[in-house]
This record gives sequence, structure tokens and C-alpha cells, in this order.
Amino acid sequence: MAGLFTVGEAIRDTKAPGGPVQDQWEARRFGAKLINPANRRRLSVIIVGTGLAGASAAATLGEAGYQVKSFCYQDSPRRAHSIAAQGGINAAKDYRNDGDSIRRLFYDTVKGGDYRSRESNVYRLAEVSSAIIDQSVAQGVPFARDYGGLLDTRSFGGVQVSRTFYARGQTGQQLLLGAYQALERQVAAGTVEVHTRHEMLDLIVIDARARGVIVRDMVTGGLETHLADAVVLASGGYGNVYHLSTNAVGCNTTATWRAYRKGALFANPCFTQIHPTCIPVSGEHQSKLTLMSESLRNDGRIWVPKEAGDGRHPREIPDDDRDYYLERQYPAFGNLVPRDVASRAAKNQCDAGRGVGPGGRGVYLDFADATARLGRAAIEEKYGNLFDMYRKITDEDPYQVPMRIYPAVHYTMGGLWVDYDLESSIPGLFVIGEANFSDHGANRLGASALMQGLADGYFILPNTISDYFAKNPSTETIDASHPEAVKAADAVRGRINTLLTINGERSVDSFHKELGSIVWEYCGMERNAEGLQHALGLLRTLRAEFWTNVKVTGANEELNQTLERAGRVADFFELAELMCIDAFHRLESCGSHFRTESQTDDGEALRDDADFAYVAAWEFTGDNSPPKLRKEVLEYHNIELTQRSYK
Amino acid sequence: MNVTLRLWRQHDQDAAGRMVSYGVDGISADMSFLEMLDVLNEQLTAAGDDPVAFDNDCREGICGMCSLVINGIAHGPEGRTASCQLYMRHFHDGDTIDIEPWRSPSFPILRDLIVDRSAFDRIIQAGGYISAPTGAAPDAAAMLVPKKDADRAFDAAICIGCGACVAACPNGSAMLFTGAKATHLGALPQGQIERNSRALAMGNQHDAEGFGGCTEIGECTAVCPVGIPLDMISRLNGDVLSALRHNST
Repeated sequence: MAGLFTVGEAIRDTKAPGGPVQDQWEARRFGAKLINPANRRRLSVIIVGTGLAGASAAATLGEAGYQVKSFCYQDSPRRAHSIAAQGGINAAKDYRNDGDSIRRLFYDTVKGGDYRSRESNVYRLAEVSSAIIDQSVAQGVPFARDYGGLLDTRSFGGVQVSRTFYARGQTGQQLLLGAYQALERQVAAGTVEVHTRHEMLDLIVIDARARGVIVRDMVTGGLETHLADAVVLASGGYGNVYHLSTNAVGCNTTATWRAYRKGALFANPCFTQIHPTCIPVSGEHQSKLTLMSESLRNDGRIWVPKEAGDGRHPREIPDDDRDYYLERQYPAFGNLVPRDVASRAAKNQCDAGRGVGPGGRGVYLDFADATARLGRAAIEEKYGNLFDMYRKITDEDPYQVPMRIYPAVHYTMGGLWVDYDLESSIPGLFVIGEANFSDHGANRLGASALMQGLADGYFILPNTISDYFAKNPSTETIDASHPEAVKAADAVRGRINTLLTINGERSVDSFHKELGSIVWEYCGMERNAEGLQHALGLLRTLRAEFWTNVKVTGANEELNQTLERAGRVADFFELAELMCIDAFHRLESCGSHFRTESQTDDGEALRDDADFAYVAAWEFTGDNSPPKLRKEVLEYHNIELTQRSYK
Repeated sequence: MNVTLRLWRQHDQDAAGRMVSYGVDGISADMSFLEMLDVLNEQLTAAGDDPVAFDNDCREGICGMCSLVINGIAHGPEGRTASCQLYMRHFHDGDTIDIEPWRSPSFPILRDLIVDRSAFDRIIQAGGYISAPTGAAPDAAAMLVPKKDADRAFDAAICIGCGACVAACPNGSAMLFTGAKATHLGALPQGQIERNSRALAMGNQHDAEGFGGCTEIGECTAVCPVGIPLDMISRLNGDVLSALRHNST
């Protein structure tokens, strides 16, 4: 469809050094210029977001001696949404002697991502994975241990080894508290300043380099200009574009979207992960969805009644009348197939009328066999907090009746495009963690998000950012009166004033819900050309209504949560369009991106490597001008592209 | 169901506050307590009034942002539950429900039900960490940790830092929060070197923030959404005494 986008120049250089993949990181580190410790204290870095990536980067750069300013919208850095990650963190330690290695973690991650990630970055991720576990243990992260005092591990989807380290069902919490404590230690040391309840509303670019941010003090409404020698975005993913997701309700795209509008490329926005094991929606009022960790698939068995409309209580349905469909369809991986495969399989069962619970949008996750085999105490030890959470939300006891689960939006593989150094297409703007696109291709494997966030923050960014500083000395001292800084602040102020003066009839939340339902319907678990074009029409109409009919109460100069949400939803509207354009242009299925036009005879995702083995990086060209597609062709020298099979 | 809410409205830190009543209709038993407040806020917005400000984020009981005193009990009547994990099925049609912010001089009210808990961050800054700069770590398996110590550390480490302990304590003490951190890090071999100095520094900061002393009443542990036990305060006290005895600084 002409007019939706244009095609620009390809991206040729990712800055990954040449040579064998296993030598590249060492080569890059050696090739990177260093900054002498005495000079580091003259260099400043802004870091937006305090999740695993942001907190670990702030702590590490503070330890190195840089002046760090860290920002988060929550009231404490410890509350960033990494805290909610449940299941675990992967590392190629091979403590189990089960054939694991750096190369196997690399291979599993590239394959799990359905061959749409960059080999150089993924290999490096696997390479530093072990050091993350070492670092976290040294900080006092209480990982699960066996009776000999050694670290325990478990298996996650898409792999056949046991390499996932965990802290009961609260691994993200424990890893984040480790990074948060390291960060607060640097606050006490005077190297890091933390600004809580501050939200980034724009990026300041001066002489084609990222030099600062405009933030809003969410208590007073004051707009502040902060300047630095480099800016790091660690602001997380954009799953809340769907309104209902497993994200915290405050998670948003504003920081990354504003950077996109200032020239940073946005890569693969349509690659969004729908997690198979979430608690189903219970009604119209629903404000968020809750994940039940993938680790449950180690012991739980997923099934639906064989007969559509079987209304019997699950305990009264005998084994012969149940379809353990994952075990049947994917005997090699069974219940531990990757997330995209498990989610679509659940959707197919429900579409065929075999779903359970309200509206038939659910499948059973059953622990009866595991409880009989291991005993209730063992199940409690492993999953107790998850079972408690399930009971609180549904009022059902999963020790007695099977859980009901359904897929929900969970993670976004897409994000700002970065090179091997994690630098975006704007020099001096680095992007780490979920906010970038780099490592998970078209589908992220379980327990890899925590690994990537901490790899980026503790080990990768601190090495690459010094090279940037060394090669780009800031010659000019700038302050908030610089014309570009003033222009950015004025633009933010203008936008806030517009939102406050529309004074229409509809609430921000009602727009967000409608936006979310459009994206979920047409750019969710299945997409096709017709639906995506229809969605674009709906989105443009709704966006126009938003800017003429939204009602934002109160003023800017006060704590105003409605105003905060309005700004975020406004950016989600624009992002949603880019997601649909990206999904429309990628006329193949891969990982989470399932185009109904491109499937195998048995309904699996059918990739088109000849035409689509590239990263789709989008360039902003103006509000009324179509985005420009910049392709980064993916080259595979170490892994052979095959049809992904988990059968 | 329909409920009447009596909740604390206060425009900003310096303004006077008061309890205001609102009726909310059409609540279902499957709604969470915060979703019920969302309904109220939609209603207020439609009427052109300012919605009620309240802290919340993950809405799954782990981030520690939500902080409501419900019918006089921090996080409400359920026990072992953060405000966001409380469901309306625990209330009845026609109920009147009181909602207030955490009350503590160390947690100033910023607006309505939102308070400033930055004092907790400053207690952590004072010593709530193990000094382990990035890159300096030995292999994770180099030091064995007895399972019971790892489990003890974990049971303390799950504190979500919400501040309900302070809100519930008649003395306004944050000893349960501080004790949980001292216990978490002090139970592990990695945390031994700084164990006493950490406890002393965090304890001093706790007092400097204006939190009260512990007289072992136990209200804190009764409302704690993750069930941090009272004996973690004894552990903190033990480490502080040790520090004083050995002149740790």
C-alpha cells in the first residue's frame, strides 16, 4: 500500500568488530578508548529509568566516577517494573553439566527469536551472562540454593537445559533490589543524584548530539532542563499501548517516543510478546493483567476439554476427555515450548470453542500430577507466592482446582535501534534494557529480559560509553538558556497547555481503553493486511478525537495524575500507528509476529528469509509525513537459519 | 454493589486536609480495590472535579507503591495483602469505607492519599547494601550458602518497602523495614564484613528521619503485606549492640 511509508538508505555499519563472533567483544573492549579516572568526574550522564538496566548502569557509572543523574517516575528507584519479574535469569554457567555453554545460550536465543536478532549482540549477551550471576550473588541477592549450599536452577521455555537461576517467584525483585542498593550506595558516595517522581518529556539534541532532557517534577509540575555529556534511556517497553498488559500501569513509551521524534530510529515496533500464562480478564473494569510465571510450566500441565462446550467441573473431566494439546502437538518440548508458540496454541483452542472460564477465553494449567508426584510442600516451596497471588485475584485455590490462564501482552522486543555499542542513531544517546530492540529478535525467551537488562547496565554500556566520551569531547559548555534547550522546554509546555485546555467530554482512560482494544484486535496474536489497514483508519480517527475531545482536569502546577496519563496516551497513539505500519510491511510470520497470510500447512509461523531477514528501523520524517524504513540486513555466520521446530 | 467512600482530600503538602464522602455505584465483586477507585475517578472527572490522587503502579503487590489505610488498617482488612491486591468481594453492598494516607510525620502528604517515603531510600543509602562494585565479584559458586541462611535472607529480602509498618505503628517506627534489610544482608556470608556497621548506620538514619522507637507492639508485622516477622527487629538490635560493643563505625 503506497503512502504508508517510504524506503530510505540501508544501515550498513553496526560497529560490531569483524572476526569470529567469540572474539568480538574482547576486540571491542580493547579497541575502546578509556577515560582516565581523574577525568571521569568532569563527565556527566543522564539515565532515565531505574529498572534493572537503568539502576545497574547508574550504579556502575557512579562507581567508575562519572557524575550521574538518574530519573524515575516512581517515588523510589526500587519500584521500577523490573521488580515484578517472577521466574528467573538465564546464565550459561553449566553448573548442571547438561551440555550448556555460551554457544548454546547464544544459539537458543537466536533460534528462540526466530532468527531476527543480531548475532554479534546476542553472542555478547551469552558471554557476559555468567558474570551477572557472580555480581548479583556478591551483592547479596538470595538466589535459591540446594541443601549443599549451591545455586539451584530450573528450565524455561524454548530450551532443553536447566540454566535459569531464580529467587522463588520473585527473581526480578531480588535482582532489582541488588541494583537499587548499589545505586543508593553511590548516592551516599555523591556520584549519583536520583530524581524520583520526575518524568522525561523530551530529549535535547544540540549539534546533532544528545545533550539533555526536559523533565516534569510530578509533585510541583515544574519543568526542568537537565544537561549532560550523554543521555541513556532505560525507560522500559511499550506494552501498555494495548491498555491491558502485565506492565505496571505507569509504564509508557514517552521517553523512547520523544527520542524517535528527535531522530532516533525505532526498530521492529510490531514485535510484541504475548505471554501465554496470565490470569484471564474478569470484566470491563480490568486495569491490568497479572502474569503467572513461565516457570509454572515446569510442573503444570496445560489442557482443555476435548469437547467444545464441556461444562463439567475440571476435576470431573477424566484424562481421556482432556486434550493436553501442547504435549500432543510438540512432544519434544511439551509444555515448555516458547511463549509465542504457547500463546497462539491457546488462542487456537479458545477460537475452536474449547476454552474455559468466563467468555471461554482460558485454558487450564493443572498441578494435580505434579502435586501427586512431588507433594504439596514441594509445590509450595517453588511456587507458593504465585499460587497465593492467583487465589487473591480469582478467589479460587489452585492447589484444589487447575489455574485458568490466557495470553496477555507482556514484553516488547521492539524498541529504539542501537548499534553494537548500544548507541542509538543520535550520537550520545544510548538505549539499554527493554527500551532498545537489540537481543531478542521476534520473540524473547523466558528469563532473558533480566539477563539483558543487567548485561547492558553492568557490563556493556560502561565499556562502550567511555569510548564515546573519549572520541567526542564536549568543547562547548551549554546551559538551560541554549536555544535548543529553550525550544524543547517551550514545546513541552505548549503540549501540556493544549492538553489542559481541550476540556472535552471523554476521559483519558476511555481513550486508552479504546486504543488498546484496536491494537489488541488487529496487531495482537494474529495480524493481516486487511485488519492492519482497518486499524490504521480507526487509530487516526480516534487520535483526532483525542486531541479535540479529551478531558484533562486540574492544572500543570500541581500533582496531576490525569495530566501524566494524558501525555503518555497521546504518545501511545502515534506509536500504535507505527506498530501497525511495521506489522503491515512485514509480510512474513516470525516469532511473535504472525501474519495469517504466511503460515505452514500445519499453522506454524512461516518466515521469509529471502525478503525479510532484516531489522526494520523506522525514521521519523514529520507529523504528516510517512515514516522512512531503514533496513539493517541480518547476516548469520554462526547459525544456520532453519524452520524453527519444537516438535 | 454500591459503596460510600469517606476519603482524605488534601491539595498539597501545605494545605489543610479533610475527609470527603463520595458514593460509588456499579461495583463488581471481581474488581480490585484500586479499580473501584478508578471508577470513582472516572465519575469525578465526568463531573469536572479533580480525581483522587493515589500511588499505585504494578497492581500485583510487588512494587510497594500503593499505600492506603482502609477502615483504619494499613492495606485494609485482608492481611498479608497490599492495597492493590485487595478485592471488592471482601466488602458488602452499602458499606461505608474510610480511606486515608499513611500517617507519619516522616512521610509528609503530597496530595490526597500520596505520601513522600524518601526517608526509606535514605535509610538504605546509610548502609543497606553490600559493598560489591561491579566487576569485582568472585564466582557465584565460590562461597557456599547454607540453605537455611539463604532462606532466612530471602524471607527478609521480600520486604516491598511500602511503609505500612510505619503507618500501623503507634510509635511511627520503621524498625521492621530497617530490621528486614539488616536481616537480609546479615544472614548471608557475603554480608558479614559490614554487618554491624550497616545496622548501626541504618539505625542512626532511621532515628534521624524522625521514626519512633520500637516497643514490640507488633502492629507492623500484623499489617505487613509480605509477612516480615517481628524477630527481624531483634536481629537489628543485636547487630546494633554488637556494633556499639566493638566500636564499629
